[in-house]
Amino acid sequence: MYAELFQYPVGREGYYGQFGGSFIPEILHETIRELTTAFDDAQADPAFWDAYIALMSSYSCRPTPLTHLENLSKDLGGAQIYVKREDLNHTGAHKVNNVMGQGLLVQRMGKQRVIAETGAGQHGVATATMAARMGFECTIYMGSVDVERQRPNVFWMEQLGARVVSVDDGTKTLKDAINATLRDWADSMHTTHYVMGTVCGPHPFPQMVTYFQSLIGREARSQMLEQTGKLPKRVYACVGGGSNASGIFAGFLDDAEVELVGVEAGGLGLDSGQHAARLARNVGSTGVAQGYKTRFLQNAEGQMRPTHSVSAGLDYVGVGPVLAYLHDIGRIRVEAATDAEVLASLQHVMRREGIIPALESAHAFVTALKEAPNLSPQDSILINQSGRGDKDIFTIAEALGDEPWRAFLRQKVGEWEPETAATDGILT
Amino acid sequence: MGARDSGDRRDTDMTPIEDYIRQRLQRKRLLLMTHAIVGYPSFEANMTMLEAMQHADVDLVELQLPFSEPIADGPVFVQANQYALEAGVAWDNYFAFMQRATMVFDFKILMMGYYNSILQMGHERFCACLAEHGGDGFIVADLPPEEADDLHQYAAAYQQAPIVMMTPVNSESRLRRIADKASGFVYCVARRGVTGRHTQVDEGLEAFIARCRSATSLPLALGFGLRTHQDLQQVKGLVDIGIIGTALLTAWEQGGVKRYGTLLQELTSAVT
Repeated sequence: MYAELFQYPVGREGYYGQFGGSFIPEILHETIRELTTAFDDAQADPAFWDAYIALMSSYSCRPTPLTHLENLSKDLGGAQIYVKREDLNHTGAHKVNNVMGQGLLVQRMGKQRVIAETGAGQHGVATATMAARMGFECTIYMGSVDVERQRPNVFWMEQLGARVVSVDDGTKTLKDAINATLRDWADSMHTTHYVMGTVCGPHPFPQMVTYFQSLIGREARSQMLEQTGKLPKRVYACVGGGSNASGIFAGFLDDAEVELVGVEAGGLGLDSGQHAARLARNVGSTGVAQGYKTRFLQNAEGQMRPTHSVSAGLDYVGVGPVLAYLHDIGRIRVEAATDAEVLASLQHVMRREGIIPALESAHAFVTALKEAPNLSPQDSILINQSGRGDKDIFTIAEALGDEPWRAFLRQKVGEWEPETAATDGILT
Repeated sequence: MGARDSGDRRDTDMTPIEDYIRQRLQRKRLLLMTHAIVGYPSFEANMTMLEAMQHADVDLVELQLPFSEPIADGPVFVQANQYALEAGVAWDNYFAFMQRATMVFDFKILMMGYYNSILQMGHERFCACLAEHGGDGFIVADLPPEEADDLHQYAAAYQQAPIVMMTPVNSESRLRRIADKASGFVYCVARRGVTGRHTQVDEGLEAFIARCRSATSLPLALGFGLRTHQDLQQVKGLVDIGIIGTALLTAWEQGGVKRYGTLLQELTSAVT
């Protein structure tokens, strides 16, 4: 099934059922063609994939390990729970897989500059890292709300030599960062490659990002067979744009007996209107924006609705067209986890297993831990831990109301006070 | 609606707007198309803008339907789109405004916007709605020719001209493909990038327009980065229609109706 997804009927290039396509201003047409050709050539060249694997093993701890959560499996008394540790990648998330792959492609195309959008900042940090290593100029667009939420990542991007542009349009989050990056690209495409961070946007991005991220699923499938002797009953992944889910699902799409479960951001609950679920309960409807057709969170006149999630990385109005299609045909099931469930689950997993999932990844844990008791201890399930949570220290500590952390912040701020006090001193 | 040879069009193929443009071109060397984002800064302000356009003998006006993700627009229009949406602009008051304008003014009016609005409304309903409210066509910033067939069939049925865009980076074969989908006139994008930044009129631009001419026999409009009457002077004789968008809105924001009207008068003096 995986291979068939990307064999398009004539005239339907880049389509997955009714989703996908390429809805871009005409000025970008030839650039998208150039990219499609370069990607097709690279894909047909076995040396390209080998170079990619070699780079990822020397630069980013690949293959990432598979961890058996022995304590939680025993506690819940159901399925054996396994976790694919994408958090152990360099830069702390699966984002680096796609980025390094696109970096190799940029070298093939001979461009000198890369631009990217970022939500949580993981993709931005990964792109800045790639640009530093490969010697590209780099600009990262980030919604100003996300800049506030994820200042540590902004700090790292800038230290890595990238220019970070805070985007103040619209809802000031990921979708607006994507629009800003598309606008830059419409001007700069002769020298610049747009490193799309997720399986969204115009063709060939959904296919290309899935291709690079499929490394997760390929590794995980053989690791499960090696460690448990069989395939997992279910595979869980969080879904924002959908790149980590697409990556791990890719390894199991041809195994009809493996159920694939995506978990979207339920925010304050699907009935609250404050969430970022598109596929769960079919909340989203078909639309075209940001260069592609998928299920968007939009109103009846096609204006995108504001989204909410405790995790910046899932706070997005659209979803990868491949996932929208797989959901339509029933190959994947999609649930939602609320902010409160995510924080509770995160604490639980930290205490019992000593691993720290990112807020995004913790969504997958919520649904997996909820469902594990319904399965037999002879069965196993697999969770994709797409990123590590220590980047979220400010958000998590605040959400948990951790008093010692607040005291620490007050003390750190206090260390900067004397200068202010000195100038104010005259008046007081 | 098969592909047709652009060099061999019959008179019956001509949309009302092309007919109008050809008639106007008999007395003016360069027509002027201007732009307003409906609901920004207000419907009343839009009416004042349109009155100034009428006074300046503008030939064609794009009325932009605001969209939350305007990827082809520069900063000035992005903010205006957002403002208009927050102020409550929607289909009903947009089309009501269009109807009011088409009844009062002489220039022809085109809808400008993004494909999602049309997709949500439905292709036929959209074209019928345009016709019912006095529109003569539409310009969609993010609809490639590959996706346009169904919408364009309804456009023909309701006598609406679907305006397509040609750009300097398009290959010859791509320009021909775009020409196959064109009617009314062709919107030539003067440069890379989004709306709002200034464009130099140079030899590269002349070569691009020559390539557009060889791809289509329809009238050509030039937009993206034309700002001043000097810009229009330079493109007179090169293209049939000059398009001014961001410069006018900026004039309004900086100096209200006075500055807006002055700029329009200057622009008009360049084209007559």
